[in-house]
Amino acid sequence: MKIASGFFRFLLILRRFWGTALASQLEYQLNMLIELLAMLANLAGSLFLLSLFYRQGISLGGWSWSAAQVVLAAYTLLNGLTATLLQPNLSRIVTHVQQGSLDFVLLKPIDSQFWLSLRTISPAGFPEIATGLVWMFYAAHQAGAPLRVAAIAITLLLLASGALILYSLWFVLATTTIWFVKTWNATEVLRAALVAGRYPINAYPPALRTLFTLVLPVAFLTTVPAEALLGRLDWPWALASLGAASGCLALSRCFWLYAIRFYTSASS
Amino acid sequence: MAIVSARGLSKSYWVADKQPGFAGTMRHFLRRRSKELAAVRQVSFSIEPGEVVGFLGPNGAGKTTTLKMLTGLIHPTAGSLQVAGHLPSRRQRAFLESITLVMGQKQQLIWDLPPLDSLRVNAAIYGIDDYEARRRIAELAEMLELEDELTRPVRKLSLGQRMKAELLAALLHRPQLLFLDEPTLGLDVNAQARVRAFLADYNRRTGATVLLTSHYMADITALCDRVLLIHEGRLFYDGRLELLSERLAPWRQVRVELASPQPAAAFANFGEIESLEGSELRLLIPRQQLTASVSRLLAEHQVVDLEVSDPPIEELIGRLFRQGSLEEPGP
Repeated sequence: MKIASGFFRFLLILRRFWGTALASQLEYQLNMLIELLAMLANLAGSLFLLSLFYRQGISLGGWSWSAAQVVLAAYTLLNGLTATLLQPNLSRIVTHVQQGSLDFVLLKPIDSQFWLSLRTISPAGFPEIATGLVWMFYAAHQAGAPLRVAAIAITLLLLASGALILYSLWFVLATTTIWFVKTWNATEVLRAALVAGRYPINAYPPALRTLFTLVLPVAFLTTVPAEALLGRLDWPWALASLGAASGCLALSRCFWLYAIRFYTSASS
Repeated sequence: MAIVSARGLSKSYWVADKQPGFAGTMRHFLRRRSKELAAVRQVSFSIEPGEVVGFLGPNGAGKTTTLKMLTGLIHPTAGSLQVAGHLPSRRQRAFLESITLVMGQKQQLIWDLPPLDSLRVNAAIYGIDDYEARRRIAELAEMLELEDELTRPVRKLSLGQRMKAELLAALLHRPQLLFLDEPTLGLDVNAQARVRAFLADYNRRTGATVLLTSHYMADITALCDRVLLIHEGRLFYDGRLELLSERLAPWRQVRVELASPQPAAAFANFGEIESLEGSELRLLIPRQQLTASVSRLLAEHQVVDLEVSDPPIEELIGRLFRQGSLEEPGP
């Protein structure tokens, strides 16, 4: 009962958070239009690049053209999620620390990590999320995957797991601003690493493959969910993804609680 | 039961120690050097519910640091602290619901939207239902004389209107303890007076405890019966505002107009002669000798006019902060 009422409270808060965030952005129509156009150009660019590989007859780690598209679609979906939630929220942490407005967040009777992670939403990534989803299923169908309900459910779960991994690592990097104040470059590195998720992980040389699995878990972001949808995923990979997500999330949580003890609040 | 109780509260920071110029920058980049800076040292005080307490001190005295420890934003280096029955740094829900912090330099209202939108977000966070939120907003808006400002984007509001809206946002959850850090900063005289009147009214109506820092002595004299004076991180004075002036100036100024010019030597044993020009004499007389000295003066000399004055508290504190030292000032 208590959990349910707590959950509804969070939903209401989220509704207010996102309602005001969208209303704020609608104040600047032109800016929104430009963001949308940039997103579409980006999407066209990556599709073109991928098609070049296959036109030249280069196979990416043994993936067919349709199967590779599932990975690219998963990347598009994740990139949309990044533009919608991760980027707008997590990049603000730096500003909050620099300007001391983190004070207001910490003084509210609400989980500060929840606030910092979900305070705002940007519609700029919506089209990518929608395109990514539709494209993923279409490409998987083209690749001859049977698309059973169980496979779809596991794919969505693994996508969520991948998103959580990305979120947690990003959040940890953003949290280090409490000590270093400027860590923007570090999060840029993470974003650049995500770009590696455009292509199936098998397309990379073994050294990079290890790096993208163990150090920067790029494999879990796109390749693992794509394999699940294509119906050829090994269970250990799925479990590893879920394990990595839980671990990273727990890490981000502990790290945040540790870090705010060192917050000095920008002086006024 | 005190609502705020601080014992031996201390906070020190490690701050970068960097020499100017390119060489200094390079050295700093390669080898960071930092030194410990004590912002607050061994501060003890307690505040009873319903009190309005002014927190005085020059820039960098440690006022804001203390306020941030009281609100749980920063962790004390040493000392014990209890606020509204809680340990602030644990930032428990019940504690956060019972306090509020208003900062003149920082704002929580959403810049591009009308204050009402921010208020609805706050209502959701504090779990106040729509009906109750509307009722409270109407009540506070009336006290603050805010009307259609609530439906105008914050960026279009004047500084005074914005501050009033900030106060509304900070008080929506009916905190019993208000921490105000320079709430009238940058406001014009009228707006300052309105904010002050509101705070006095709010304290009377709700019995909320208020702890206020301000650079404007007028805020302190109008609102606070009690002041805490902090300097270089130490608590220098804790008590009634009137008594502070006695402590800062244990003497009074006596201006005397004599019937005819007299030599200075004639007044040497009345007090310290501040000036003597012709028949105009200014004396500084210790408070406890004032009555005796003045009656002797009237008996022994031909006095045309006499005026006893207390130096204004603003001036005393201003002088104190300019001097930057807190040795017992006196004649």
